[in-house]
Amino acid sequence: MAKQPVDYEALLSSVEASFPMVQILDKDGKIVNEDIMPDLSDDELVELMRRMVWSRVLHDRSMALARQGRLGFYAPTMGQEASQLASHFAFKKQDWFYPGYRDVPQLIQHGLPVSQAFLWSRGHVEGNNYPDDLHAIPPQIIIGAQFIQAMGNAVGQKMAKKEDEVTFTYTGDGGSSQGDVYEGMNFAGRYKAPVVFFIQNNGYAISTPREKQSAAMTLAQKSAAAGIPGIQVDGMDPLAVYAVTKQARDWAVAGNGPVLIETITSRFGPHSTSGDDPTRYREQDSFDYWEQRDPLIRFRKFLEEKGLWSEKQEEELIEKTKEEIKQAAKEADQAPKMLISDFLKNMYQEPGQNIKEQIEKYEAKESK
Amino acid sequence: MANLTMIQAITEALDQEMARDEKVLIFGEDVGKNGGVFRATQGLFDKYGEDRVSDTPLAESGIGGMAFGLAVQGFRPVMEIQFFGFVFEVMDSIVGQMARTSYRMGGKLNLPAVVRSPFGGGVHTPEMHADSLEGLMAQSPGLKVVIPSNPYDAKGLLTSAIRDEDPVVFLEHMKLYRSFRDEVPEEQYTVPLGKANVSKEGSDVTVVAYGYMVREALKAAEELEKDDVSVEVIDLRTVSPIDYETVVKSVEKTGRMVMVQEAQRQAGVGNTVISEVSQRAILSLEAPIGFVTAPDTVYPFGQVENIWLPSAKDITEAIKETVEF
Repeated sequence: MAKQPVDYEALLSSVEASFPMVQILDKDGKIVNEDIMPDLSDDELVELMRRMVWSRVLHDRSMALARQGRLGFYAPTMGQEASQLASHFAFKKQDWFYPGYRDVPQLIQHGLPVSQAFLWSRGHVEGNNYPDDLHAIPPQIIIGAQFIQAMGNAVGQKMAKKEDEVTFTYTGDGGSSQGDVYEGMNFAGRYKAPVVFFIQNNGYAISTPREKQSAAMTLAQKSAAAGIPGIQVDGMDPLAVYAVTKQARDWAVAGNGPVLIETITSRFGPHSTSGDDPTRYREQDSFDYWEQRDPLIRFRKFLEEKGLWSEKQEEELIEKTKEEIKQAAKEADQAPKMLISDFLKNMYQEPGQNIKEQIEKYEAKESK
Repeated sequence: MANLTMIQAITEALDQEMARDEKVLIFGEDVGKNGGVFRATQGLFDKYGEDRVSDTPLAESGIGGMAFGLAVQGFRPVMEIQFFGFVFEVMDSIVGQMARTSYRMGGKLNLPAVVRSPFGGGVHTPEMHADSLEGLMAQSPGLKVVIPSNPYDAKGLLTSAIRDEDPVVFLEHMKLYRSFRDEVPEEQYTVPLGKANVSKEGSDVTVVAYGYMVREALKAAEELEKDDVSVEVIDLRTVSPIDYETVVKSVEKTGRMVMVQEAQRQAGVGNTVISEVSQRAILSLEAPIGFVTAPDTVYPFGQVENIWLPSAKDITEAIKETVEF
């Protein structure tokens, strides 16, 4: 039999070998890759831990508020603290953020008051009344749409010759199957747009497991088709997530174009608070495996070893955060009542006859 | 004044607006060196460079996302969808994202993007090129949908669309591109969005149309002059928002109305106009409102499109029926 023109198996395994998972801190908090240890001061390391603990408390309190009916849509984040907060830690205030709906913790860290995040969740327009210095748009609901928009935003930054400014955006393993995710990466590569794309691979798109999304052995390799760098990183390791994100941002700022980062992470809880029960599609083994890899456990061990963190410090932070969140929820309760006439006024900058007539009609109703 | 085709008027509007405002960017499939498949962007790549007039990858959704992000960054994107039949690939960007932005952000962030696209039947295109899909757009609050019927309007309306602070879908009927010329002023001017135009005054019946159907309506009106029927033709120019005031005023004068659209009969722009006129001017009507449309099939195979498309003859018949009622 004649030799086949190409060895497919060798081809596939060479692709997989090109996307190894970057790790610095193993699950026991030990440094396994000193060479690429990021240059973070002790204060910065502590700040990163504070943000991750803060996010865990935000998750816990949000779940509780949702149970009490005081939140609307909420996508739990427990387990993804390193993937979310350590990546965000590498960006600057001036960078533009296009979040997915699970990326509320980073949005708050980027400058959205917690009370407004709650209002967004409840479906109140005040939740989107962003402070002028918050460079972000509200969380995207259409999975993948944020990738093409972030690309356009970054093309604009490049056109406007904004120095030291990039765009960053996130989707999930499910989102990686969307055409928009490829289109975003492909356009960004073609325009050399300064954008950092994240696929937070938390194993499940609601209930559909990662292996049913794609035959691709990594999601990072989807970058190759767009001709841009792709990196797979241990998404439970804050130091590795920070290090690869920092490198990606530097690369983009230097004019080299976009980067895709796949964070291997886990959502410990349900997809959302709208009745999802993860035990329907996940074995107990899976929870156990990932909970041992909890980013807070390993980073806590690492910092305690260095004498930078203590149980007492963490307890104080938890109490303080709980109080802040309680206040934010109260503040959200004070938001003014929304009016249909205001919505009509917001539809257009220059409205037509239909809108003008309807404003009159609703204002008359509302003044009764 | 120059004697221009509609495609030349469109190019001139783009050119002059790009010269006036450096924030205006044009992008889409083949709009660069090639000047677009209909040459709407002819010469602009050479004049303004590839940063401002750029060929995108062949992916409509990506083009829509790019327009969104550029508008957030303060640019005035003018994106081209090569044929409007391809709009389904970019529906989320236009209807799900651009249209909702001002509302979603409490009016604090607006999205001044223009979506330009050729559409319309009668030029023997392949499948999925010719459909009249303006009804899909007009049903989406937050968008403005503009359809010029002649070179003069095309230049003035496109200039307004680019300057407008809201997202505008600007639909160019392919049959109008080169079929006739108009006197078009060389200097810049605007034709306001959301305002209908009385294309021809008359006293017996009001015909409301837009896009290419305005031409057919004018032909019908001319034909009927011989029978002493005086037809007023109203060109909507903008199908969202619709200028009911101008339509109702005319119907109150003539007492009769025929609505004409190239699109199929079901749902759509024409039904909206008829419904509003019925509510606002029923007591002025002396006959049921006539409605000339294409039949409710999928856009037909190329060889039969001229049988399928509404024509001056169909309009003439509908007017006669209404007048003789």
